[in-house]
Amino acid sequence: MDINRLVESLHPLERKAVPFLAKCSTLKELMKLSKLSEAEAMRALQWLENKGVLKISSEVKETVQLDSNGKEYLKKGLPERRFLEALKKSPLPIKDIGKAASLSAEEATVCLGLLKSKAAISIDKGVVSVTDHGLKALSKEWLEEAFLKRISKGGVEPSALSPEERFSYDIFRKRKDIVRSDLEKIKRFELTDVGKALSKEKIKAGDAIDRLKPDMLRDGSWKGKTFRRYDVTINVPKICRGKRHFVNQATDYAKQVWIEMGFKEMQGPMVNTCFWNFDALFTAQDHPVRDLQDTFYMKSPAKGKLPDKKLVDKVRAMHEHGGDLESIGWQYRWDPETAKRIILRTHTTVLSAKTLAALKKSDRPAKFFAVGRCFRNEAIDWSHLFEFNQTEGIVIDENANFRHLLGYLKRFFTKLGFPQARFRPAYFPYTEPSVEIDVFHPMHNKWVELGGAGIFRPEVVEPLLGEAVPVLAWGPGFDRIMMEYYKITDLRDLYKNDLSQLRGMRQWMR
Amino acid sequence: MPSIKLNKTVFNRLVGKELSDAELRERIPMLGTDLESVEGDEINVEVFPNRPDMLSEQGFARAFSSFIGVKKGLRKYAVVPSGSKVVIDRSVSDVRPFTACAIVKNLKFNDEKIREMIQIQEKLHVTFGRNRKKLAIGVYPLEHIKLPIRYFAEDPKKVKFQPLEFPRELTGLQIISQHPAGREYGHLLEGKDRFPFFADANKEILSMPPIINSHRTGKVTGQTSEVFIECSGFDFNTCNICLNIIVTALADMGGKICSMELEFPDGKKTTPDLEPRRMKLDVPFVNKWLGLRLSEDQMTDLLSRMGYGFEMGFVLIPAYRADILHMVDLAEDVAIAYGYDKFEPEIPDVATLGEESPFEVFRRRISDVLIGLGLIETSTYNLTNSNDQNSKMGTDLKLAELESAVNTDYNVLRAWMLPCLMKVLHDNKGTEYPQNIFEIGNCFKLDASSETGVCEFARIAVALCGPDADFTRIKQVLDVLAQALDFKYESKEVEHPSFIPGRVARISVGGLDVAYIGELHPQVLANWELEMPVSCFELNMTELYKVFK
Repeated sequence: MDINRLVESLHPLERKAVPFLAKCSTLKELMKLSKLSEAEAMRALQWLENKGVLKISSEVKETVQLDSNGKEYLKKGLPERRFLEALKKSPLPIKDIGKAASLSAEEATVCLGLLKSKAAISIDKGVVSVTDHGLKALSKEWLEEAFLKRISKGGVEPSALSPEERFSYDIFRKRKDIVRSDLEKIKRFELTDVGKALSKEKIKAGDAIDRLKPDMLRDGSWKGKTFRRYDVTINVPKICRGKRHFVNQATDYAKQVWIEMGFKEMQGPMVNTCFWNFDALFTAQDHPVRDLQDTFYMKSPAKGKLPDKKLVDKVRAMHEHGGDLESIGWQYRWDPETAKRIILRTHTTVLSAKTLAALKKSDRPAKFFAVGRCFRNEAIDWSHLFEFNQTEGIVIDENANFRHLLGYLKRFFTKLGFPQARFRPAYFPYTEPSVEIDVFHPMHNKWVELGGAGIFRPEVVEPLLGEAVPVLAWGPGFDRIMMEYYKITDLRDLYKNDLSQLRGMRQWMR
Repeated sequence: MPSIKLNKTVFNRLVGKELSDAELRERIPMLGTDLESVEGDEINVEVFPNRPDMLSEQGFARAFSSFIGVKKGLRKYAVVPSGSKVVIDRSVSDVRPFTACAIVKNLKFNDEKIREMIQIQEKLHVTFGRNRKKLAIGVYPLEHIKLPIRYFAEDPKKVKFQPLEFPRELTGLQIISQHPAGREYGHLLEGKDRFPFFADANKEILSMPPIINSHRTGKVTGQTSEVFIECSGFDFNTCNICLNIIVTALADMGGKICSMELEFPDGKKTTPDLEPRRMKLDVPFVNKWLGLRLSEDQMTDLLSRMGYGFEMGFVLIPAYRADILHMVDLAEDVAIAYGYDKFEPEIPDVATLGEESPFEVFRRRISDVLIGLGLIETSTYNLTNSNDQNSKMGTDLKLAELESAVNTDYNVLRAWMLPCLMKVLHDNKGTEYPQNIFEIGNCFKLDASSETGVCEFARIAVALCGPDADFTRIKQVLDVLAQALDFKYESKEVEHPSFIPGRVARISVGGLDVAYIGELHPQVLANWELEMPVSCFELNMTELYKVFK
């Protein structure tokens, strides 16, 4: 790298460090020379390493250090010296020496044993006096004291101790908090050729602009100065954006598809009477989909109200004998109490039923859609969930027919990203004919079931609309399409709300 | 949906033509069934619940053979009178009032056929019979029975017999508690003083429907060549169709169908009645419904591929078909025979205007504003539990409760959103802070005046969680929302058990109370095991929308 460009790119911290690089080789030394804090010096070294100026290595070293008592003794003198000093004037009883020499009881006891073994004191009937040998010792510096002084200047590796120092070290180790051995991490660095060249450059601190500040712009002080060069290839810390939940991104898209095709949105409650969810859709009262194992019934409230009697009577007649139509109905006794039970909607088709009931003749032909959460009473695992998203569309048109249904389906699934669709016969209690839609999955190279469709039976439409106009209907589940798109394999992940997952999720881009 | 196993050799013989696996794979689904697998000699198919007649190997092969054009048209089955009768006592009328019965002779049972027989019976029980509730089937070897047969109801403590595969005799009542079938289906007779029984002329008990046959008179073996069959239930027509499905399958096995006379208290009937139902074919209607232009001949040919006959303008519907209620049902069969893959999809030229619901537009606008503030939108379940909704929040709200939720952690509908956001924060304890989140979701309130007793609102909840989350910051969020949507609000200090006293306000817009805002109480945070402060608001969007309109 061009050395001038390198100099221009130096951060202020690096500028402070560079002049000393040739004079030292460890982080600690650099701190001392450059007066940078540890964090600053370390950052400077790391950046310089990124720029190829030097190489950092680290090693762990054992060092002998002064501990708390050691530091104190260095200032006040060793307890045994203070012990002897106190006896210089006159002998003292054992119990008074501690106070006279300002030693703790423990220290005094240690000194008594220690000095006696060195024959520096003698004891007679509880009174201690200093011996000649002791007096002589007081006049010189002891090896132990020299040792303390040496390590007070900085940690010393045990291997660097002289035999005498080693002796003192071993003695002090047995005593309380005088010395300790530490494991120290040492950061070393070594200049590269670039570094060696750089260290010869004359670097002034602060002659390049680091951060462009408002006052510089106000007073024009930026003029004639250079800007520190950044490493523009560097990785920067991540930030997070606000985000729509990915399920909602997908349902927003589904809505857009419907709207483009001329459909108007239907909305309604999730809590419904069985009447709207099942009976109005000509689902016999003993049909298995109405079982407790599949459908969420409410405990409180358990029952609701039926709509106006005229509609109820027509629905009842349809179930019992096919009403005024050329139909035999389901041929059983229809029970209004069963229709009053409250449930969580099992499909968005309940919205279609309500929409038909409210539709005026003058509003036909009409197209409606819904996207919404539906429910089924199911244990949770990777492929089952008690809440799911369904989307639903209906076309109410005197002239609608089965071919139109297939046409709408083809268009709808093409827009959702599945241009290849296949239709198979299916069964739903409220449509005839009924269709199952498979779309071709190019990645898995197979057909995948995506949902059901059909033309509402006259038994459904006649009571709601007043005449048996063909109503095309389709209601694909939407979760599968979403899982596919977001590459989710576990259905539960749709509503896990793992924030790091949400932050990292891709945007819906269809 | 029920699935059945077909033996390929038997199936091919019944169909009358051998198809390759690839052809089977292609054609079977187009008949309106789901092919699960073809493996070796075994074909597994799923049958839609509207076609109980296809739940046997024979019935399935019959439909398939017509469909591929081998044996088209209405199948004729001869029925000879057996000369025997079944007497139905008035006592069954409030227990299990109806039965349809037949005798089938000339059968050669082996283990394979017995298994097949049991498969038909079980599949029909589960689907068409709604787990025996609507209908139950009994099959008995005729050699142990002395005709005529009586169907009656009696005090279950007084009737004693040895139930199938059980070592000793039990009373009817004991069967309910001691026999496996009794324990499984006993609830179907719950609350009845008298249980229904079939008995022969020697007063030997044949069975106690819908629970169990007798071991002595109700067990078909390899020696059996003639059987008595009864279907009992609550609707004569259903019993009759079910009986027809069984006897036609047995006839396809080589059996000879013999009818029986049923003496009901108010009249006689003869079953099985295999006379086809007639429905006038409305060619223009079917063409209009399907978008086709078929002639009557083309249409009747297609119907013959679905097993129908045709006579003088009338479609003859096989007596085993349970699903033909209206002309649209015939239209569907025409479509199936025509081939769903042959229809040309068409988009008609019908002009309508697409429109998103204004409320949904409003809701999305609010999301956009909050996302602009860097908040992350979450999406949680509508179902939750009262511990989350109330106990952990220090509140005591009335909740709408589910009857028998499989998951007890999700057995109420949420009354407010904040607990759902708290759960998200709890689940994300290991994730980087700050965590600023929001959600717009439905909440549910008990309301006796509404149609369902439950009232639904959309609510917006925002929670800021992190070292700096406080009242000021959350109020800034509310202010941005108010400014963006151009509404003015008033706040007044209130008490709320979830919040720190003195740090919670009630927000009203145009005189309507719409929100709480404040800093959550440390006890609430502790209940959710959070070690970060949370400031939040929850706003009733449905109410706010009213102000806008």
